[in-house]
Amino acid sequence: MGREMSGILASMIDGVLIGSVYGLAAMGLSLIWGVMDVINLTHGAVIALGMFGMYLLFAAFPVNAYFLLLPIIVLGLLLGLVIYWTSVHWVIGRPQLASLLSTFAVNMIIIGAGTAIWSTSPYNVNFTLRGITIGEYTFTGNHIAAAIGAVIIALALELFLYRTRPGKAIRAVADNREAAELMGISSTTVLALAFAIGIALACASGALVSTLFPFTILSGATYQMKSFVVTVLAGLGKPLGALVAGVLLGLLEGAVTPFIAVSWIPLIEFGLFVIVLVAFPKGLFARATA
Amino acid sequence: MKRLSLILFVLLALFVTAGFAQNITIGMTVSKTGSMNVDSLEQYRGFELWRDQVNAAGGIKAGGKSYKIQFVSYDDESNVKRVQQLYSRLILQDNADFLFSPYSSPLTATAAIVTEQNGKIMLTTGAAEGKTYTLGNHYLFQMFTPGAEYLKGALDALKTKDPKATVAFVYEDASFSNSVVDPARAYAQQIGVNVVFSERYAPNTTDFSAIIDKVIASKATVLLGGGHYADGSTLAKQLYEHKVPVKMIALLVAPDSPKWPELGDAALGVIVPSQWEPQVVFKAQYGPSGTDFAKAYTAKYNDAPSYESAGGYASGLILQRAIEQAGGTDTAKVADALNKTDITTFYGRTKFSTTAADHGLQVGHAMVLAQWQKDKSGKLVKQVVWPVAAKSASLAYPIH
Amino acid sequence: MIFRLPVFWLTLIFAGLMIWFPMHGNNVSLREDLILVAVAIILASNLNLMIGYTGYVNFGHIVFYGLGGYVGLYLATVKSWNLILSALLAGLAVSLCALLFGLGILRLRGAYFALATIGILQAVQSFVSNFDPWGRSTGLYVSFDAYQPLGGARRALWVTYILVIVVMALSMLLSLAIKTSKFGLGLFAIREDEDAAVVLGVNATVYKAIIYSVSAFLPAVAGALMFYKNGMIDPSIAFEFMLSLEGIVMLMLGGKGTVIGAALGGGLYEKLRSYLLTSPKLSNFHLVIAGALLLLVVLFAPGGLIGWLYRLVPRSEKVIE
Repeated sequence: MGREMSGILASMIDGVLIGSVYGLAAMGLSLIWGVMDVINLTHGAVIALGMFGMYLLFAAFPVNAYFLLLPIIVLGLLLGLVIYWTSVHWVIGRPQLASLLSTFAVNMIIIGAGTAIWSTSPYNVNFTLRGITIGEYTFTGNHIAAAIGAVIIALALELFLYRTRPGKAIRAVADNREAAELMGISSTTVLALAFAIGIALACASGALVSTLFPFTILSGATYQMKSFVVTVLAGLGKPLGALVAGVLLGLLEGAVTPFIAVSWIPLIEFGLFVIVLVAFPKGLFARATA
Repeated sequence: MKRLSLILFVLLALFVTAGFAQNITIGMTVSKTGSMNVDSLEQYRGFELWRDQVNAAGGIKAGGKSYKIQFVSYDDESNVKRVQQLYSRLILQDNADFLFSPYSSPLTATAAIVTEQNGKIMLTTGAAEGKTYTLGNHYLFQMFTPGAEYLKGALDALKTKDPKATVAFVYEDASFSNSVVDPARAYAQQIGVNVVFSERYAPNTTDFSAIIDKVIASKATVLLGGGHYADGSTLAKQLYEHKVPVKMIALLVAPDSPKWPELGDAALGVIVPSQWEPQVVFKAQYGPSGTDFAKAYTAKYNDAPSYESAGGYASGLILQRAIEQAGGTDTAKVADALNKTDITTFYGRTKFSTTAADHGLQVGHAMVLAQWQKDKSGKLVKQVVWPVAAKSASLAYPIH
Repeated sequence: MIFRLPVFWLTLIFAGLMIWFPMHGNNVSLREDLILVAVAIILASNLNLMIGYTGYVNFGHIVFYGLGGYVGLYLATVKSWNLILSALLAGLAVSLCALLFGLGILRLRGAYFALATIGILQAVQSFVSNFDPWGRSTGLYVSFDAYQPLGGARRALWVTYILVIVVMALSMLLSLAIKTSKFGLGLFAIREDEDAAVVLGVNATVYKAIIYSVSAFLPAVAGALMFYKNGMIDPSIAFEFMLSLEGIVMLMLGGKGTVIGAALGGGLYEKLRSYLLTSPKLSNFHLVIAGALLLLVVLFAPGGLIGWLYRLVPRSEKVIE
């Protein structure tokens, strides 16, 4: 019996570790959605770009891969600005179909370009940190580092949003765009900044998982779906909430896995997703706008 | 002057006979990209080496004519839909006379539908799943030993080495691995080997932590399974990272690739059921010897041949022989010749089933087990460890 | 009635030509090209019912095609039923499922509805990947004697082709019939302002459920036919998310809300896609070009090609539906 329990516990710890990354990825989606009511369908592709970003940087600078996170975040911000000005800016305020389609179009472009450059053969970032072994179970160093990285970035974002002027401006625009403009906040700058941060977060989460397993430009798709599930569970515009919801999702996965075949997990998650979406018919937040 | 005109005459004759050479077009798709790319390329190299050697010798000689081999190939991106479209294209637009299969069972099963719908011969290699041959075909010919045989050797070896071992099957939920593990599980029960855990993972799984935790919890001492190169290599790597305490690991396909040592320490001791290894010597009744094949391959590609490459080359050989026997490229006659084939090449014995229930299934070929071990200089090399009669080194057990 | 409309006759002529040309020269290669065009048009036209007419974006549309494929292939080969019967039954079964899903998710609006359709697509794919009778991840493969009732594989492929063209014509005619009916007016009202429509007496819940279910029928039938023709089905090709989204691109490109727009967008996009995929230099760029096209259409020409035509020649709006 003790054997079984330790197995379940190990599984749950593994779940929490990977769940932190789900949470980080979801934070980017949640921020953008909450601030400008845009559902960013480039999310998955950008996560994959984060993975490739790490691959390229690591190939050029073979240092501890996790030190390369900072340049990846910066590059992510720049990428976010580019995507914002090419497709998102023009569709703010238009019916949601427009922003869904325009971000989706950019997604196709990124995936297409990624396939052309890197094909669909798997890539690896061969960097391994030593893991921690407790009893019979080992928690790989890369998983632990990914979780720590996710938490640090999430806390940094919270600090930014609550303690800095640009951060507060973002929250003001999220609350009420017109009022914020009346107060002299340039909403375009703020929206662009919020979008860029959202993209940077997605890139960072991709970079964090790049050392865990082989990836292709299509690998972001799973994380995109998890991000949707987490965002819908957590509610919008609350970054720490997304992190917590991500960890909970990972925990759920870890708790359930020992009992059923791993292949049923996606069904449970998508089922949960649809049920949560439907059970809150006006959406999951008070300011319901269709 | 006389010598010059002789030389000119010979050159002229060569030109003229070259003009009489016709072409045989062989169509295929190769997974240049996608998850099957490593294994598929090795298979293609086998085809290519055969083609180049045959053409250098003047082509296939049948019915008084010489036929040069011409390949038409496309990248199927390891994708089933592309295979459908491309095999149609190969047959309808590129006028392929014969087809070679893509690499892997699902892609081959898909291609088989197209080739059968159009009544064209296809030699399949790199595809061990047996179900495809039970669907009522006329022109499929399988070079690989069917999946049901793959892990029997490993289980037999385990029974002699350590009858008390407990087995965990961790394998890809796909046609090939299912065709291997389902019969293997039944065989284990039959010979009295204890199976304590069995779980499939979705194709394209990249994170095995969850399943590995379950394997540890099951206290299994042996792990059998895998699928193809991408998942097999990742599984081996993560097993090592999680320090799973198993005494034997046998994975399908992946460890046979010459790329396997790239995994470093995770590669050591892993066993692979193999369709062919250079150390196993057959007396070739047709075609080159194993040593000559391996030498030519290494000279051309700077790498040792894996059994995918051997299968590719052997497909070419068998087709060549059938065309020679048929005296031409007529589909019915060549199919007839293939049905009558029962011959030993460097690759081993090749004989196809001719009953309607499983036409084309390979019934002559046997498998061996290979294991990665360190040689005297510490380098990782593949040794044949089973069956005992064919071995080049003893089975290392336990591996850690 | 719709017989008076030029588009009705145009559709019949178009379908007739699509059957005649490849059959006339026994041109199998052309047939293979055109069947893909027909499927594109079927998907775009039925998607139009949701996106163009009702204003609800269905991102998971391909789930109907895939489920229809599974049900149809299962009945036609494992159970050896008649092909047409299997396809029709597949259509009905999937429509019923759509009704059930719809009852759950149609209360959502806008992007939430779109996301829920993605959730359903992924959930169904996940379920089928675990469903034993349908072969789990491996899928179903047809026995070659499944083609015998239709006279052998070669003849069966021609018969299937003709049936697919018929489904294509029905899709376009269905679009037309709905557009010119009172039911269609109700859908347009929902699209323009759902709350106002409800106040004016349109039973939005019922209308939406009906159209969602109807939009599932013909794609499911087409799925059954296509996968029968292809001889196999597995979850990765039955529920390809990219196909769902390409359906949207086709519709936006051609012009949503119009019958000809769906056909035009479907046909053009499919041609573009095959050209790109077989051109050795450009095959990797097919998604980039498709994405760029979609972006341009969304940003600058939301009415698509037909919308542009309407602006150039205002009178065409009366003729080209």
